[in-house]
Amino acid sequence: MKPRGWLLGISLANLLFLYGPIAVLVAFSFNSSRLSATWNGPSLQWYRELLFDHALLVAVQNSMIVAAVSTAIASILGVAAAVGLESLPVRKQRIIEGAMLLPLIVPEVMLGVALMLLFVTIKWPLSLVTVTIGHAAFNVPVVMVIVRTRLRKLDPHLLEAAADLGATPWQAFRRVTLPLLAPAIIGSVLLAFTISLDDFIVTFFTGGPGSTTLPLKVYSMIKSGVSPEINALSAVLVVVSMALVALAAALQRERK
Amino acid sequence: MIDPSSTASRHHSTRQRHPYWPLIPAVLWMLAFFLLPLLLVFAISFASRGLYGGVRWVFSPSNYTMILDPLYLWIYGRSILLAFATTGICLVIGYPLAYFIARAPARWQGVWLLLVIIPFWTNFLVRTYAWMFILRTEGLLNTVLLDVGMIRAPIEILYTDWAVLIGLVYGYLPFMVLPLYAAIERLNRSVVEAAWDLYANGWSVFWRVIFPLTKSGIIAGCLLVFIPTIGAYITPDLLGGAKTMMVGNLIQHEYLVIRDWPFGSAISFVLMALVVLGALMYFKRGGVFEDVEGRR
Amino acid sequence: MIAKKAFSPPDHQIAKPYFPRSLGQITRSPRRAWLIAIVFVMSLMACQPTSEDGPKKAHEAQPTLYYFTWSDYVGPNLIEEFERQTGARVVVDTFGSNEELLAKLQSGATGYDVAVPSDFMVSIMMKLGLLAELNPAAIPNADLLLDRLQRLPFDPDHRYSVPYLWGTVGIGYDSSFLNAPPDSWDVLWDPRYKGRISMLNDQREVFGLALRSLGASINSRDPAVIDRAKQKLLQQKALVKVYTSENYDQLLAAGEVVLAHGWGGAVARAAVQRPSIKYVIPKEGGTIWSDCLVVLQSSRNKELAMRFVNYLLDGQVAAHTTNRLRFASSNREAKALVSPELRENPAVYPPDSVFERLEWMEDLGETIRLYDRGWTELKLR
Repeated sequence: MKPRGWLLGISLANLLFLYGPIAVLVAFSFNSSRLSATWNGPSLQWYRELLFDHALLVAVQNSMIVAAVSTAIASILGVAAAVGLESLPVRKQRIIEGAMLLPLIVPEVMLGVALMLLFVTIKWPLSLVTVTIGHAAFNVPVVMVIVRTRLRKLDPHLLEAAADLGATPWQAFRRVTLPLLAPAIIGSVLLAFTISLDDFIVTFFTGGPGSTTLPLKVYSMIKSGVSPEINALSAVLVVVSMALVALAAALQRERK
Repeated sequence: MIDPSSTASRHHSTRQRHPYWPLIPAVLWMLAFFLLPLLLVFAISFASRGLYGGVRWVFSPSNYTMILDPLYLWIYGRSILLAFATTGICLVIGYPLAYFIARAPARWQGVWLLLVIIPFWTNFLVRTYAWMFILRTEGLLNTVLLDVGMIRAPIEILYTDWAVLIGLVYGYLPFMVLPLYAAIERLNRSVVEAAWDLYANGWSVFWRVIFPLTKSGIIAGCLLVFIPTIGAYITPDLLGGAKTMMVGNLIQHEYLVIRDWPFGSAISFVLMALVVLGALMYFKRGGVFEDVEGRR
Repeated sequence: MIAKKAFSPPDHQIAKPYFPRSLGQITRSPRRAWLIAIVFVMSLMACQPTSEDGPKKAHEAQPTLYYFTWSDYVGPNLIEEFERQTGARVVVDTFGSNEELLAKLQSGATGYDVAVPSDFMVSIMMKLGLLAELNPAAIPNADLLLDRLQRLPFDPDHRYSVPYLWGTVGIGYDSSFLNAPPDSWDVLWDPRYKGRISMLNDQREVFGLALRSLGASINSRDPAVIDRAKQKLLQQKALVKVYTSENYDQLLAAGEVVLAHGWGGAVARAAVQRPSIKYVIPKEGGTIWSDCLVVLQSSRNKELAMRFVNYLLDGQVAAHTTNRLRFASSNREAKALVSPELRENPAVYPPDSVFERLEWMEDLGETIRLYDRGWTELKLR
């Protein structure tokens, strides 16, 4: 196509739009001025405050624990579901798959509120455990969908070959299907982990005493309008996210 | 579409090779922690509010009739309007970007897509806060504009509908770009070239040929933006200053401030019904997954 | 919303350029993939905070106190001192309004030991059976209450609650922007300050303000009066920049608002950063409030909870809190220990003349529904 110039221009503008705010945050996390957005000379004091914010570190720890456990649960359930679905007739597959995908469509506020009502009704006190359950609940479809997509592309003859060689279903699964699915499983685990780390709304509703995760802490910091410590924290989170994405991309590239 | 013969032979062989019971734990989990809670919400929406909040199990359909009050219909309308606006803007600014990426040399496409995705992997709260920092009265935008002399007094953007709109577009742009990219990338080049021969100017080529051919991608992108945007919570909460409420905020308000759980449940349920119905209507027409994956 | 990331087509499409073409490549790579996964998990486990957790290593055996309080009430030193004295661990969660506190408790967040509701919320919590009876022997500092705060109507014998901090509600204003100090709530309706006004995000306080400006009581039960208050608030909404209970002191200090509906202590804090900020209680009067310490019925460690309550009420600790937060303490001995300029600060210690136009908030029972609907309508329009 001929007129590439303005297309490039718009695309760059888009990228500027996407990255601008993040870059601004990172830049101003080094600003020594507390209140205004005028540059006042570089300073690392907000990062120092960050290191000594004990409540924040506890929140990070909580986030990690919840993410790890809920991702583990979601992964096992999700992979099993993807594999098990395969054995059903196609029509049933569609119906069940559709039903399992509902959590992805329903607004998160609704998920959070519904879980909260469940826990109240059965008198299960809110805590990190209930948060973990909630995270696992919305991550199962994530894992399932990604693994399923990969599963459907696998060559069916491989499994037939395994059967012909005398493998039991479990052996066939372990030695043929699982290795073939490995990239998708790992990809979905990473994705589910990130989603859990990032989650605010469901955690907000299902959390109890001491269940503050990182997003919740960030939210209360923002609401209190406190110091540029938030900028420093944001910068750290941005760098960590980018590292994770780079890692995921490198993983993909290696496989080529 | 997936080759029907391979499906038949696969399910014929795997039915004997792989049992379906691994599916059961996941189904049970979702029944217990997804379906059951939703049913509970539905049940509570017909109950009455306790004196100081909570639930009193006395049947009362008035929660749903209360929703018919213009005040609440207005909030649904406003959320849908904001969602439409967000979707429209995302489409307009996202399409050129998607087109550009789809036409870029193959080795660069992955890089561009990665660039689009990366901001998305950053914490959503942090990204929303970035806009608070920029749009505040004493924020970056006003400071720069004042310094440069383009404006005399600060522009109040934060805590208005515009800030919420900017935040929503910012948050959901990648969702529009990616399906669009997928659809445009699949375009048959020779068709486009033929179109250039037919219509001399780019606009006709775009509007009469490219646009209709990428319709599935457009619809997918629009849905992926529209559906989550209606139920948005964080963006209107942080960027709206407790002045701009969307349905998501109203639900939180009813549960955690007013503590009228039955009414909150009714509102949630209507929202969910709207969203699910919309999604189902689309999926029935052939589905997102088949469209995008089928050609491969 | 975040979960939408999972819609597989986009992520799948990204992977497409890199997807291996032959099966041979697939079977070779998983080993590497597993290796990377293991490294990832191990680095995860290494992420446990170490040095900060030093004293917390035995925290399974260490008693834990869960404290649920207002978002600005806790400073770093306050908690550490108590932890040092008792060897317990204190976990703090915060809320921004009484309604939020009650909602969280009702929605299953049991397990809190100590909470800090305001006066009228104490009576509601008492009626709901959420509070544990206090043991006076465990809280000797409760005997040191100011006269004014003894025998308060909602809990005269202090069986369930002890007043902790108290103060007034008024207007924080930037005197460099106003010609004369405002003397009426109606200044918040003045179109000259459009977009430079902030109001509390608090149903009772906002309505209370409107009711007082109409000459009615903040505990009004008359539907017609409440409706008039609502209409007046709706007229004001276009002038209001933001409804917030938590950061209006920062907005004042940064100059983003020139008029802020707020609690005295927060305005006093803003005045430290911007000396032109002053505080006034309008002539129509307003709320006098007291946030009280309570022990929750569902607390698993009531003795520790009461020790904590007693600690917070201690004269030294209370004075320290007042110095930092600029909210007056209920301990009558604390005032002597507070820094001198705060003792004269009317935002912190209101002068006697003001008390005749102040009202305590009461639990309104069923009538709160009218306020509920009004508040919702105000937020929605």
